[in-house]
Amino acid sequence: MAIEVRIPTILRTLTDGAKAVEGKGGTLDELFADLDVRHPGLRDRLVDAKGLRKFVNVYLNDEDVRFLGGLETEVADGDNVTILPAVAGG
Amino acid sequence: MLTIERALVDQIVAHARADHPDEACGVIAGPVGSDRPTRYVPMANAERSPTFYRFDSLEQLKVWREMDDRDEEPVVIYHSHTATEAYPSRTDVSYAAEPNAHYVLVSTRDAEEDEFRSYRIVDGVITEEEVVVVDSYGDAAASA
Repeated sequence: MAIEVRIPTILRTLTDGAKAVEGKGGTLDELFADLDVRHPGLRDRLVDAKGLRKFVNVYLNDEDVRFLGGLETEVADGDNVTILPAVAGG
Repeated sequence: MLTIERALVDQIVAHARADHPDEACGVIAGPVGSDRPTRYVPMANAERSPTFYRFDSLEQLKVWREMDDRDEEPVVIYHSHTATEAYPSRTDVSYAAEPNAHYVLVSTRDAEEDEFRSYRIVDGVITEEEVVVVDSYGDAAASA
């Protein structure tokens, strides 16, 4: 068992085109660090010094992690994480 | 070039007018790889603001999943400017993350005249494109 992470089109250059990848960790932060080992550069597109980048939405089992615990949100085997680019502007 | 049916243009403009003075936003979905916008999906502007828009994150997840299930993609991503011209702002460019999408801007600054323009935004570069409005895509194929 692992955690499935769905990758949006714009980040698939970092996953060899894969729509979904698998990783492990006890928190979202650890999961992103784990993914970055096999998909270098991925973490940097999701996280900056202040936490989750405002340009992305991250969902844990269909909940927006901003309303959970952000990067400290706990994750476990069997969970599903979805990443989407935020659609916003001025 | 964006080729789009008149009925869809009318729906986008009507949405922008209805939400004025706040910005309106949404997508027109279409079959993956077709470059043909077919399904109008108005979205809530979570910011409810005259100067900013953001898709509600949970609504976006639902709509993106629906498109996935139907083998669709966001062919058009639209929003309105309510006091300025229909040209992408710096914020629009910084968020633009769909290299295949037509970014449609509508301006409602003039109560009488509609401004409807389309752009590609790739790697921070804005390229305006021609908009061809057709009565139906059947006509477009026949005249091509």
